[in-house]
Amino acid sequence: MLHTIIKKNSYQDSINLMLLTNSIATMEGLNKVQIMMATPANKDIFKDAGLHTSELEAAESNDMAIVVDTDNADMIDTVLEKVEQYLNDQSISNKKQGFETVRTWDKAVDALPNANVAMISVPGEYAADEADKALDRGLHVFMFSDNVSVEDELRLKQKAHEKGLLVMGPDCGTGILDGVPLAFANVVNKGRIGLVGASGTGIQEVSTIIDRLGEGVSHAIGTGGRDLKDPIGAITMMDGIRALENHSATEIITIISKPPAEHVRNEVMELLQSLTKPVVAVFLGEKPEQYEGNVYQAYTLAETAHIAVDLARGNEVKPDYNSGDFSVENASLKDGQKTLKGLYSGGTLASEAAVLISDALGLGTHIKNEEGYVLKHEGQEIVDLGDDKYTQGKPHPMIDPETRSKFIEQAGDDETTAVILLDFVLGYGSHDDMASALLPSIKKAVAKAKEGGRTLHVVATVCGTKNDPQSYDGHVKQLKEAGVIVKETNNEAVRTALSIVGLQVEDNQKKHVEGTKSDKKFDLSVSEDIASLVSERPRVINVGLKGFTGALSDTGTQFVQYDWRPVAGGNARMAKILSLLK
Amino acid sequence: MNYKSMDEANKAVIDKITGSAPFLVDVVPAKEKIKELNDGKVLLHAGPPIEWNDMTGPMQGSCIGASIYEGWASNEEEAEKQLAGGEVKFIPCHHVNAVGPMGGITSANMPVFVVENRTDGNEAYCIMNEGIGKVLRFGANSQEVIDRLKWMQDILGPTIAKALALTEDGLNLNVIIAKAITMGDEFHQRNIAASLIFLKEISPYIVQLDMNESDRKDVIQFLADTDQFFLNIMMATAKAVMDGARTIQDGTVVTAMCRNGKDFGIRISGMGDEWFTAPVNTPQGLFFTGYSQDDANPDIGDSAITETFGVGGMAMIAAPGVTRFVGAGGFDDALATSNEMTEICVSQNSNFTIPTWDFQGACLGIDARKVVETGIEPVINTGIAHKKAGMGQVGAGTVRAPKECFEKALEAYAVKLGLI
Repeated sequence: MLHTIIKKNSYQDSINLMLLTNSIATMEGLNKVQIMMATPANKDIFKDAGLHTSELEAAESNDMAIVVDTDNADMIDTVLEKVEQYLNDQSISNKKQGFETVRTWDKAVDALPNANVAMISVPGEYAADEADKALDRGLHVFMFSDNVSVEDELRLKQKAHEKGLLVMGPDCGTGILDGVPLAFANVVNKGRIGLVGASGTGIQEVSTIIDRLGEGVSHAIGTGGRDLKDPIGAITMMDGIRALENHSATEIITIISKPPAEHVRNEVMELLQSLTKPVVAVFLGEKPEQYEGNVYQAYTLAETAHIAVDLARGNEVKPDYNSGDFSVENASLKDGQKTLKGLYSGGTLASEAAVLISDALGLGTHIKNEEGYVLKHEGQEIVDLGDDKYTQGKPHPMIDPETRSKFIEQAGDDETTAVILLDFVLGYGSHDDMASALLPSIKKAVAKAKEGGRTLHVVATVCGTKNDPQSYDGHVKQLKEAGVIVKETNNEAVRTALSIVGLQVEDNQKKHVEGTKSDKKFDLSVSEDIASLVSERPRVINVGLKGFTGALSDTGTQFVQYDWRPVAGGNARMAKILSLLK
Repeated sequence: MNYKSMDEANKAVIDKITGSAPFLVDVVPAKEKIKELNDGKVLLHAGPPIEWNDMTGPMQGSCIGASIYEGWASNEEEAEKQLAGGEVKFIPCHHVNAVGPMGGITSANMPVFVVENRTDGNEAYCIMNEGIGKVLRFGANSQEVIDRLKWMQDILGPTIAKALALTEDGLNLNVIIAKAITMGDEFHQRNIAASLIFLKEISPYIVQLDMNESDRKDVIQFLADTDQFFLNIMMATAKAVMDGARTIQDGTVVTAMCRNGKDFGIRISGMGDEWFTAPVNTPQGLFFTGYSQDDANPDIGDSAITETFGVGGMAMIAAPGVTRFVGAGGFDDALATSNEMTEICVSQNSNFTIPTWDFQGACLGIDARKVVETGIEPVINTGIAHKKAGMGQVGAGTVRAPKECFEKALEAYAVKLGLI
């Protein structure tokens, strides 16, 4: 039966009433409903729907007509109530986000005309093209993407150098520009120590230790892991060093890398010797015997941070910061329990562990990498779980605990295992609470070993600062409460693990000798673009992973999100045609 | 190519658009301007070329209505026999400087607006809006529909023509559009402001005419009742402007988008008159009671010329009153839609600044390259016809122009330029 409700002189626009009709139509007990203004044309529509009534016919254009077909007359009041409620509550939820999202380079540049950095995290096969486009627009490039060919890297870096721009990366996992954390990076106090580094967790370890020692970082410029190798020849490293040399707020320059190619190393060292500022350098795997002129070479990442801090404070630099007492009380081991299993999420931290353990075993300090194992010698194992071998189709172990959990349990089952060595890397990009994520497996492994009559020791280091999004203190506390031995630095953690199995590293007492100044005249000047990169807050176009915008928002950095998709949806033929229609 | 780069060619095309000067100068029977309509039984239709058998219900219904209106047939059966028997020749509106809404069916005696683009001296034509409800453009063809068409032929058309004759040089349409876009029109789903401005401009002349008072009252009443009256003027305007822009025979700017219920067709500046087609999508939107998505006819009509010009769905943000057609969303959805559309356009038209968009100009020049590059398909606001002839409008909503058209156009252009 048809019921008509006419709301006199109650104008609503037609779309609103269609939405209202749809909403009312979902109510149980109604056969049909139509709500419209009672215009002549709409009356025809009522007619077509079989909802025409004499009350409707009598209504006028400015009246709202509700015609309900229902067998239950009691429903009319409910309908009316719902109509009133709908009309009174028409506000639409506001989903505003605080930044602009674009889909093309042109719009990105329109949205942020003064952008100076493009952060690129698109799949590797497309990354070089996007970096090219960024350079063409006069932007410095922070290239998180990996799987970029070395040919592309060389071409991009040469192009950037000619244009007076920097390419940080590819495979650049971390960076800090004027206090703004980029990609996987910690919230580090701003200060007078500038870093240039070819390794992700190397920069994270050094910068967080500097922060915890009470000093700060002006910039941390990532170069990508291949920068100091052939054929790149440290293009970014050297431009980065010049940038910091010219940056007045940077007082100490610190460089971090695995050992460079010999001639690259010589060239970089010559450049460093020509600087006016003191330099701390660590080439992981090189065990330095002396400090030369203004260049203080360190053995470990922790030592690097300590030297930088002492230099910044005008303290005398000590001959050695590494040695110390790392013994563990009541470290009981069963016979045969003599191996260390380092299960790392940070590649450079794993390498550092491998160097120290090799050194303690008398195997030298050269690092290899076989299927992610940076050390595999008579049961002594250090594995970089962030290696490609373990991240195919899986998230990185700094984000996802799964692979590491398995390795922890396996290591616990191995009767030779005396110590499991772990890193917990905090900061933007990393897991919200890796301690809670891994503790179940740790506890399980320890308990299982105990059932077998063994004491399984777990030694960890937490790489982070008090201002990181995760709680540094909370991590330390939680791990300690679970019986994990937590050390301030990776260096200390490794040495503690070594002491448990009765091993130790002999450290060099480094003397300070005169530097060898080369005759070569180095041009230490930088382009205007690089000078402003280090003297101003970065303004970022984030090309790719939206997750990276968190740090940018939190630090009040100007940025625009470029929701990147492959050109022409990955259709290669159309992409080619597009490249021709210029 | 006459330009150093594609960007330069496209700039020349959009300069033609922004430099255009469209004026509404007359209303005449279509056959006076379109000579092809004088040659036997000829009907114009919307979209790229199509034959009777491929037409969807509403367009066929319109053809029947037009046959009866023109007196070729006295009833539906007779008309259908002629149409199916190949007695009637079909020509796309676009091929004769015209555009037509929905079915777009235009016959010899229907009055058409004449819009003159004074910068290039070209004209474009479009039939007049019949209002809503049972109307020919949605395929309705009852006596009521025919009677209204006759009235438009005998009274409405001539009255507006005479009124326009009293103006000094016609109505300056850029001025009306610029005003109305600040009053909440996007000129496809909403034309109420522009229709009111039109009424405001034309009524002083209508009251001066020597004519039957009852007819005068009917004309004013019809104009007052017909919210979408300006849509058809807007379509002719956009057609005149885009045809002017089309005199630049280079570049990748989209110069026409239209649909015939089966195929979506586009033209780009560098490829002249050639159509690039792909199957149409079916609009999604809100439906009148008793109707649902299942009743919706596939996308149809030449009205997407408004989006080609940069208004309609492209200017969603200008019309907060109809934003919910974007998918029951609010202002932010409209904003997101228009922002998205700027990604595929060459620039923005400073002639038509939109207050709700912080006075940014309407979209200007859809670049087929950007559509293909980003995969962002132009959005079109549209009425939704019932798929059966004569049922009329059943809802309204939005639809996207299929990407394939743009891909085909670019491929052909690359071949033409000898690039592949």
